[in-house]
Amino acid sequence: MFYLDDIGRYFLMLKGVFSRMTKGSVIRNLIFKEIDDLIIGSLGITVFLAFFIGAVVAIQTALNLNNPLIPKQLIAFASRQSVILEFAPTFISVIMAGKVGSFITSSIGTMRVTEQIDALEVMGINSLNYLVFPKIIAMLMYPFVIAIAMFMGIFGGYVAGVYGGFVSNSEFINGLQEDFIPFHLVYAFIKTFIYSFLLATIPSFHGYYMKGGALGVGKASTSAFVWTTVVIVITNYILTQLLLSQ
Amino acid sequence: MIEVKDIHKSFNGEEILKGITTSFERGKTNLIIGTSGSGKTVFLKCMLGLFTPEEGTISYDGTTYSDLTTQEQRDLREQMGMVFQGSALFDSMTVEENVMFPLMMFTKQKKEEMRERVHEVLDRVHLENANNKLPSEISGGMQKRVAIARAIVTRPKYLFCDEPNSGLDPRTAIVIDNLIKEITEENDITTVINTHDMNSVMEIGEKIVFLRKGHLEWEGDKTQIFKTDNEAVTDFVYSSNLFKKVRDAQLKGL
Repeated sequence: MFYLDDIGRYFLMLKGVFSRMTKGSVIRNLIFKEIDDLIIGSLGITVFLAFFIGAVVAIQTALNLNNPLIPKQLIAFASRQSVILEFAPTFISVIMAGKVGSFITSSIGTMRVTEQIDALEVMGINSLNYLVFPKIIAMLMYPFVIAIAMFMGIFGGYVAGVYGGFVSNSEFINGLQEDFIPFHLVYAFIKTFIYSFLLATIPSFHGYYMKGGALGVGKASTSAFVWTTVVIVITNYILTQLLLSQ
Repeated sequence: MIEVKDIHKSFNGEEILKGITTSFERGKTNLIIGTSGSGKTVFLKCMLGLFTPEEGTISYDGTTYSDLTTQEQRDLREQMGMVFQGSALFDSMTVEENVMFPLMMFTKQKKEEMRERVHEVLDRVHLENANNKLPSEISGGMQKRVAIARAIVTRPKYLFCDEPNSGLDPRTAIVIDNLIKEITEENDITTVINTHDMNSVMEIGEKIVFLRKGHLEWEGDKTQIFKTDNEAVTDFVYSSNLFKKVRDAQLKGL
């Protein structure tokens, strides 16, 4: 019953986010600020992680290819498939649940503790729209982050595979192009769009409805990370079943 | 004028406000006093529309809040200014941006006009040189003055202050009290202040409402509060050693 109550409040929050819009000029500035905080601020860690994840996938695949009948270009194929289908959209999103999610929860939670949200409400401002809507719009740029992660992941695989001596340059390039299904990219970006919405709204929910003081902000950040991750993983399963199974 | 009639408010089955009826006059500094947990903040938040009472009505110059549509309630709330206990300044904005914020949200003024009004109110609260500072870069007393400036920048008809001088040294507290009183008189607004500071009562208490365990225990002005026989009020007033010594001295004829 407790979880049902939270789920109900989450959807009521969404209703509140899309009603009584804040003045356009104000919200535009907030969106740019959120893009800077949530998207631009996440690029560094995303590039770093994606590069090394791609590299490790390539090395692991190479080390497990003992059969001489299996072509070396499988290393590139495996790197591409792993990075595009799962590592870039899902694994990076789980990490973003920690980075972006805890930032959102703690910033909104601190505003709750210091009565800044009450101040907005007293002024007659829809605090949900003012605080959460710009984050949802800013996170629409998130697929660009994932596109960069995909590129960096495959590039990491290339560097580790070719310069590590596991596969030749031409074999890797051939492997990358082998059995490429464009719909896999569509699938990955559909997932990314849905994750971006979850990454903006679930931490906002935990921050907005948090209770207590500074300790409460910490607890809210932790539960925001846990629940965002849980929902991302479940959504991943459902979307994979819906979009890829025959 | 704000008229409150028989308001009740509960949280999780516990009744916090138990039928309060009173009124707060325009152009006067009205104080709500009482010990911690007496329901002062809940009462104030009910008047601000942040909490909805289960029973009773609150009227603003004859307009009953609960009879209004959501849009009308929002319009009424735009006529209210609030100074929060912790100032509640937006920490990502400078002093000037904080004060300009209500103007940006609710007026169609040009940036220059807004800036002019902001400087006018910052001058009024004696904060001429802090425009570009962040709230974290100024003192608690200055933060309170910025909060007052933000609350009055839209020329509200009603001003609410929740413990405006808590955490301030006595000298700064008196400055803040007097500032609120002056602004109330200059602009002829209805001001309601939550406090448990007896110095504020002495300085600016034109009407005083004493709450105890969610009831209105006593009401009067700053001269009457020292003469009342109400035991709860005298306990509260003379809980301060200073006031106790003054009373003892008066009784001894010193």
